[in-house]
Amino acid sequence: METLGVYVPRLVSRRQGFAPGHRACSGCGEALAVSLVLKALGRNVIVSMSTGCMEVVSTPLPHTAWEVPWIHTLFENSAIVASGIEAGLKALRRKGTSLPPAKVVAMGGDGATFDIGLGAISGAFERGHDFLYVCLDNEAYMNTGIQRSSATPFGASTTTQPAGKVSKGQVTWKKNVPAIAVAHGIPYVATASPSYPFDLIAKVKKAAEIEGPTYVHILSVCPTGWRIPTDMTIRIGRLAVESGVFPLYEVEKGKYTLSYDLPELRPVEDYLKPQGRFRHLTAELMDKIQQRVTAEYEALRKKAASE
Amino acid sequence: MKRMGLESSFAIAEAVKMADADVISAYPITPQTHIVERLAQLIADGELDANYIPVESEHSAMSGCLGAAAVGARTFTATSGQGLELMHEVLYVASAMRLPIVMSVCNRALSSPLSIWGDHSDVMAVRDTGWIQLFAENAQQAFDLTLCAFRIAEDPSVSLPTMVHIDGFHLSHVIESVVLPEADEVKKFLPPLHPLYTLNPDKPLTMGAFAAPDLYAEAKKAQDEALRSSREVVLEAWREFGKLFGRDYSPVETFRGEDADVLLLTMGSFSEVAMEAIDLLREGGEKVGGIRLRLWRPFPFEEFRQAVSGAKLLIVLDRAVSFGGPGPVCAEVKAALSHLERKPPVIGFIGGLGGRDIPVKGFQEMIHRGRDKAAKGQFDDFEMFGVR
Repeated sequence: METLGVYVPRLVSRRQGFAPGHRACSGCGEALAVSLVLKALGRNVIVSMSTGCMEVVSTPLPHTAWEVPWIHTLFENSAIVASGIEAGLKALRRKGTSLPPAKVVAMGGDGATFDIGLGAISGAFERGHDFLYVCLDNEAYMNTGIQRSSATPFGASTTTQPAGKVSKGQVTWKKNVPAIAVAHGIPYVATASPSYPFDLIAKVKKAAEIEGPTYVHILSVCPTGWRIPTDMTIRIGRLAVESGVFPLYEVEKGKYTLSYDLPELRPVEDYLKPQGRFRHLTAELMDKIQQRVTAEYEALRKKAASE
Repeated sequence: MKRMGLESSFAIAEAVKMADADVISAYPITPQTHIVERLAQLIADGELDANYIPVESEHSAMSGCLGAAAVGARTFTATSGQGLELMHEVLYVASAMRLPIVMSVCNRALSSPLSIWGDHSDVMAVRDTGWIQLFAENAQQAFDLTLCAFRIAEDPSVSLPTMVHIDGFHLSHVIESVVLPEADEVKKFLPPLHPLYTLNPDKPLTMGAFAAPDLYAEAKKAQDEALRSSREVVLEAWREFGKLFGRDYSPVETFRGEDADVLLLTMGSFSEVAMEAIDLLREGGEKVGGIRLRLWRPFPFEEFRQAVSGAKLLIVLDRAVSFGGPGPVCAEVKAALSHLERKPPVIGFIGGLGGRDIPVKGFQEMIHRGRDKAAKGQFDDFEMFGVR
């Protein structure tokens, strides 16, 4: 750790684009993710954000935590607002207006990305706008109080699909949105986690430098919704990767590369057990999840090896 | 200046071209498609230097406009009926965030049953969205008012989105003689867009923060005041337009209103037919006249009260139904008159729904029917006209 203290300031900007003083819950993995994303992007950026936790905790009028130009309009449209920004800047520059360079970045939670805004994101990817979409995935509608989304993992208890006497919580498997992004044929897709900050920063930087639509999917641990102690955020993020539940990888022009190829996965139980949202899971259900995670990880590994 | 035969939709596209719009973000819907098809062709032929975003829904069409306008681009879109409804929530954001977007609405009935034909159901559904709203009744006005819309919307003291309503098919698809100005004349009328605030990394700012109960009401009051006071800029734009191009517009336009006992209020292209009916009735010695609402939002209270002050009866035609309530324009008109001591009684009709035509004869009949009802004291909420 001591050596990291010497090197980190050289590797990472000290500049905070996402200022301290926002109102996120303690231990919020999403606020950490946004902060790291902005460190990677620097000043020359315009952010379009969907309605959600990050919008609400960072911009209670007349305050703002954003030190870069930022716009929020609605829940389902951050990708198309970004498209408009990109098209507007292009037209103005072409017609002679002098403007500073600006990477256009859209951000949304899993509700905005997986559910309500998926059509707008698909449209923006298909049209090929030069922008980066960052999904801040905390696996449920946390802003409105932990309702299930199509990003909620199998077995998790949420307020709209709670575990009960006859229910085991979420009965569907998490939608594979990175694969949907890849299916659009966009030049770059990656998964990242604030528990691996250098990997996250490198991926966001790479995504921002590529011309065309790029997608970075960040697992954002939510102590409030996942029912974990607030000092467990980083640990749980690591366990998600080490168990293979949330593998870190990149897809460049369709070519898959595992960022950390784990020769052996930790049992998913290590990841699930500390979380209150999975407390009700039986050994049988844990096993079902284990089988699915193992199979999906193997499939991903094969994809990465074959290409 | 040149005169040529143009479809109204093409006339609007011509106005957008002459305004040198930067971004068009649009989704196809009948009967609006001719406008954006024409714009796409103008871009394809290099006659208009703009970025066309072919979005995947109307919700996204208007959202794309938000982004483009927020960086200071001159932004245009067009829609109709269901499309306007799908962008409904975005319309409020455009006005509240003071983004000077211009939109043509080719008025269309709302489903169900599905109808691609014209009425004002879509207009009335977006009445309260905070946009400046103008009504055109022929192709020339469609061109003129679209050009005016950019000037009004972009005036720094206004900075509000503006809709120009044209009747679907009845106007959008009609070819008429249109006078087009020269490019340098348009430049004189429409200065370049210089918005007060834009998204720019050199001057970072936060747009679209949320407001707690301690600030929301103040934000809404400020927005309403901005819309109300845009009236002055609308008047100034029309004065200037009249001086440069010789065609005059005002918020409430009267037709043969002098000494008229009975006034018929209409909006949009049906006004032209109503005026023919009025001419015929005048020939027969009947003291009737017409008034047309050119400016729908902000509602021109002063001009409206002035226009009807001498009348003994006001007949209002609504082309939309407020289910379970009165005709929406009629209700508005009655409210505008309510506290006046001297005011004409009001008779309301609802007609022309879903593309149903009202011919000259129909308007003559409507005026007579309204007069008879008033004479008998039959002041009901409204009567459906020309319906089986």
